[in-house]
Amino acid sequence: MAKVVVVTSGKGGVGKTTTTAALGAALAQCGQNVVVIDFDVGLRNLDLVMGAERRVVYDFINVTQGVAKLSQALIRDKRLDRLALLPASQTRDKDALTEEGVLSVITPLRKMFDWVICDSPAGIERGATLAMRFADEAIIVTNPEVSSVRDSDRIIGILDSKTVKAERGERVAKHLLVTRYDQARAARGEMLTIEDVLDILSTPLLGIVPESQEVLRASNLGAPVTFNNPNSGPARAYFDAARRLMGEDVEMTIPADKQGLFGKLFGRRAA
Amino acid sequence: MTAVTQPGPSTRFVCRSYMAVVLAPEPPLVDWVTGIEDRIRGAGRFLVGSPVVLDLSAVKLSQSAIAHLVAELDQRGVRVMGLENTDPASTGGGLPPLVRPSRGAPTMLDLAETPATKAQAPPKPATPPKPSTLLLDQPVRSGQSIFFPDGDVTVLGSVGSGAELVAGGSIHVYGTLRGRAMAGSNGNPRARIFCSKIEAELLAIDGYYMTAETMDKSLRERAVQAWLEGNQLKITALD
Repeated sequence: MAKVVVVTSGKGGVGKTTTTAALGAALAQCGQNVVVIDFDVGLRNLDLVMGAERRVVYDFINVTQGVAKLSQALIRDKRLDRLALLPASQTRDKDALTEEGVLSVITPLRKMFDWVICDSPAGIERGATLAMRFADEAIIVTNPEVSSVRDSDRIIGILDSKTVKAERGERVAKHLLVTRYDQARAARGEMLTIEDVLDILSTPLLGIVPESQEVLRASNLGAPVTFNNPNSGPARAYFDAARRLMGEDVEMTIPADKQGLFGKLFGRRAA
Repeated sequence: MTAVTQPGPSTRFVCRSYMAVVLAPEPPLVDWVTGIEDRIRGAGRFLVGSPVVLDLSAVKLSQSAIAHLVAELDQRGVRVMGLENTDPASTGGGLPPLVRPSRGAPTMLDLAETPATKAQAPPKPATPPKPSTLLLDQPVRSGQSIFFPDGDVTVLGSVGSGAELVAGGSIHVYGTLRGRAMAGSNGNPRARIFCSKIEAELLAIDGYYMTAETMDKSLRERAVQAWLEGNQLKITALD
């Protein structure tokens, strides 16, 4: 049975879609069967970041409404067939999603894959609450600045009250992923430090992704950053996060863009 | 004891409890209204003019039906001040507001889903004595609102920015208090607020409040307690 993971944040533009693509790809590169689902109905982006925008025929909503079969809508990645994408519909809005519809898609996906990663839209409305509804675990993506951190705090409260697990009295396992982190600026007091963020959110840290040009470059090329440049700082941070997600004990570092010995070792394995 | 801050002119907002007669209409309503009429004509004069709350748990009424019932009662001199145990959606308009019994179970509601707060059927059987302390062993997150009019609230963890604690008694936060804390909300001037680290947006005791701006900067991020002296809210460091 797959683990259903929601990538969420409350605030927009913090890197949910980048994280979904990079982490999904990193897990697949580590040998796992992964499907990434775009829940941002009406404003889909995950297909672009995954480089599959020209291959979208059927989408999530088509499947929930019985227009297409799940197997017709799933897009297998050309670089790695262990990785699949279920794109969102661009022509509909969030109201097209229903709880029954989402469950009818997630249930078969749980049997087909090891990981089902749900890319949540920003906000706390229907799209975001349905993306987290059936999650076993949650990755909360946060930038080291106050508005993002407070929105994450709000999302954590919602994860603890509105998910199926929470309603059953269980807990959704939560992981914090700090993205766009710039150590030099944090040291100068221009952004929150990791300690500040952890102090406010009191949630275990999954990883620290450094601010880097590589992320935008990879997005523009339509490749998850772990495919495009596996030795870059962000890619190594995502590989570490993926291994922590699989239960490995990996020392917490902030990988820089310079290629160190660690990067070389990893690059070879990931290539 | 150091640095006691003097707030500027205080504005007061107060929560107060009042006694009210609760009437619970039962179907068929026409017979019930006639019964009330008979009661008033007999010994029930006390109903006339005194505040009345309608407990609508036994009947299911639309907004217009509630309005009709309230008008009928008004004609007979019975003044309805509030409604209880009905769907929030069916109130509003010119109707009396929905009230909650202050001795009810502690309620924890997400601000975003206030309309969905379920009208709980009142458990009438003998219940064990209500706990006088609400203990929360998880952080209170931004947007969450904890309302506990029956006593103290203790939080083992932080209270996020944008979260809200309202307690009839004192408030204890073993963590950073970043949101709002309102103690003694039922009119208890002896209630206090304690926290291991203060970055609060607002503190209030018995309606007297102080915002972050008026707090002494030297107290920020320290362990403090707040109490009421006369009508002034005072804060002092505990360490």
